[in-house]
Amino acid sequence: MAAVKPANRGVNLWLRYTLLTFVALIFIFPIVFMVVSSLKPDQQLLVDTGSLRAFLPVGDISLNNYFEAFERAPVGLFIFNSILITGVTVALSLFVCSFGAFSFAFLKWRGRDVILAIIIATLIVPFETIAIPMLLVVNNLPMVSSSGFKIGWLNSYQVQIVPFIADGLTIFLFVQYFRDLPRELIEAARIDGASWLQIYRRVIVPISGPVFATAAILKFLAMYNQYLWPLMVAQSEQYRPVMVGLQYFFQLNVAWGEVMAYLTVITLPVLVFYLFLQRAFIASIASTGIKG
Amino acid sequence: MNKLTLFGGAVVLSTLLASTAMAQTELSMWYHGAGNPNELEVLDVIIDDFNGSQSDWNVVLEKFPQESYNESVVAAALAGNLPDIIDVDGPVMPNWAWAGYMAPLELSDGALDGFLPGAIGEWNGNIYSVGLWDAGLAIFARKSVLEANDIRVPTLDNPWNEAEFDALLLKLQATGDFDFAIDMGMAWTGEWYPYAFSPFLQSFGGDIMDRSTYKTAEGALNGDAAIAFGEWWQALFARDLSPGTSQDGADRGSGFLEGKYALQWNGNWAALPALEKFGDDMLFLPAPDFGNGPRIGAASWQFGVSASSENQDGASAFIEFAMQDKYLAQFSDAIGLIPATAAAAAMSKNYKSGGPLEVFFGLSENQATLRPVTPGYVVAALDFEKAMADIANGADVPDALDAAVDAINSDIEKNSGYGF
Repeated sequence: MAAVKPANRGVNLWLRYTLLTFVALIFIFPIVFMVVSSLKPDQQLLVDTGSLRAFLPVGDISLNNYFEAFERAPVGLFIFNSILITGVTVALSLFVCSFGAFSFAFLKWRGRDVILAIIIATLIVPFETIAIPMLLVVNNLPMVSSSGFKIGWLNSYQVQIVPFIADGLTIFLFVQYFRDLPRELIEAARIDGASWLQIYRRVIVPISGPVFATAAILKFLAMYNQYLWPLMVAQSEQYRPVMVGLQYFFQLNVAWGEVMAYLTVITLPVLVFYLFLQRAFIASIASTGIKG
Repeated sequence: MNKLTLFGGAVVLSTLLASTAMAQTELSMWYHGAGNPNELEVLDVIIDDFNGSQSDWNVVLEKFPQESYNESVVAAALAGNLPDIIDVDGPVMPNWAWAGYMAPLELSDGALDGFLPGAIGEWNGNIYSVGLWDAGLAIFARKSVLEANDIRVPTLDNPWNEAEFDALLLKLQATGDFDFAIDMGMAWTGEWYPYAFSPFLQSFGGDIMDRSTYKTAEGALNGDAAIAFGEWWQALFARDLSPGTSQDGADRGSGFLEGKYALQWNGNWAALPALEKFGDDMLFLPAPDFGNGPRIGAASWQFGVSASSENQDGASAFIEFAMQDKYLAQFSDAIGLIPATAAAAAMSKNYKSGGPLEVFFGLSENQATLRPVTPGYVVAALDFEKAMADIANGADVPDALDAAVDAINSDIEKNSGYGF
């Protein structure tokens, strides 16, 4: 087999980086457009969309859209609500789903495969089809709050958290990952006298960082982007998340600069979260072949 | 002793005040104006005034973004969680009343005297909702453009007819000064289509459905008059007189102001920016008469009472309180819409005699036509919208209208005639 000449290798490398840069720009341009547009007054923003100026911070640049966006809507409250709802759901989901997946992957019990099949089958059921039955269920659940006992969970944080703690995709991700782990580790731990709980906590969790990161990111995105469910159950502004808040900006004459400013602000938590877990996420995809 | 007396008095007073507040029954109210601080400011004033004017009721406002308001109401209705007072878009009201979400209002005799017809939400013989304002449409034009092209300025009594309108559009297009002779607003999808375009159909003699029975669209939406309308409509786009369905939303917003369009079919909410831009050169002209009188759409957001409210008398009392002319004028000044009464128009800064938007009150009073007052309208509106877009995009006119009629009739049948 002929060796690749150094000159050819240089050309190949150059082509590869050109292609990768081009692909990267395709993904980055919308974000650049969003951030740059958030700094422009509406009229300039609309005029600039027809040219490359749309991606450049030129012309009448200011933070006015940000100030106006915060005046139009309680942006801080919406972000707080979304982070709280998403954070709690992700944390509980990682625990509950990994625990369930541990049982499916390592324990033997009657009906295990049937139940796992049913759980995986839920992946093909669109949320819209179960939204109304779910609404009727949560509306009849008992609740104790600062104002006492009542029936119905509407207008609360828990109604946006509890129904989403366990889900088929997250359980499936963990099961797939756990099944690929060396069985010898489990057997060795059992021989050493470890309980199943100890094996989960001391053996499985420490070596499952990538799948935890992947599940966390996917869950985070799904929860942070929730729209239909909070629209139905959060009638009080106090509990509304960012995606419902986005609607505040779509008046008859849309203030696009404010929309872009709002989108920029609410995108930050997602970016920070992703960057924080990026390395583990990529490792998980590389090791399991699971695509997010 | 004096201190003790003072303290005792303070305790008694605060207890009395507290018990007065406690005596007020809470009325929950939902409103679609979240994200619109000017609008909410006026509503807050009305609520504060009402709460302070009597001791029985205390209105508490919950605001929703307009884009998702209807979905929130329907979800709440499913959950049995509707508030006492809701606001509702005029053409949607019959559907919500039919679905059992709303109860008839309990208004005093004469409370609606002088209200524009578009502001009164009546269905099945009952008043379910009242609007504090209405919205009106006009052809936006510049005097200088019409004069330069020797085009007559139409009036309420003498609007353009079909031939005249067609000829002037061709003339304006031929100047080459504009991208399009008229902008109909095809970029604004949704309720804009039936609100803005069905009046043309009605002026031709057709309608979205047969209003004599409300049981079919046959004949109304696919009869000779409707086909004539459809052909005229299609010709607007086929001859490039108006931008079609691919129109950029940004152009819809700023195209007329930037001189891309010679004329524009638009609402009074867009009038002030046009006046600011063109000043005395700006004209708001009545809709053309296509044979059955010039027509424009009517009915905007209105207040109503939910059927599940245990305090319907209080909810109606609030609505009647809000119907005072001074509040109608305040709303108009804040959001630019047409006050629902002539007296309020006279108090407003834009619609008073000699005001910059006075013409819209006349248009609304004389040309306004309600969209079909039936629960089936919400579905028919979608079918009409699709037909309008299809025809604009070159679909066969009779086929597109027949398809819309079939879809509307099928929905009416599925819902057992919606009670008609």
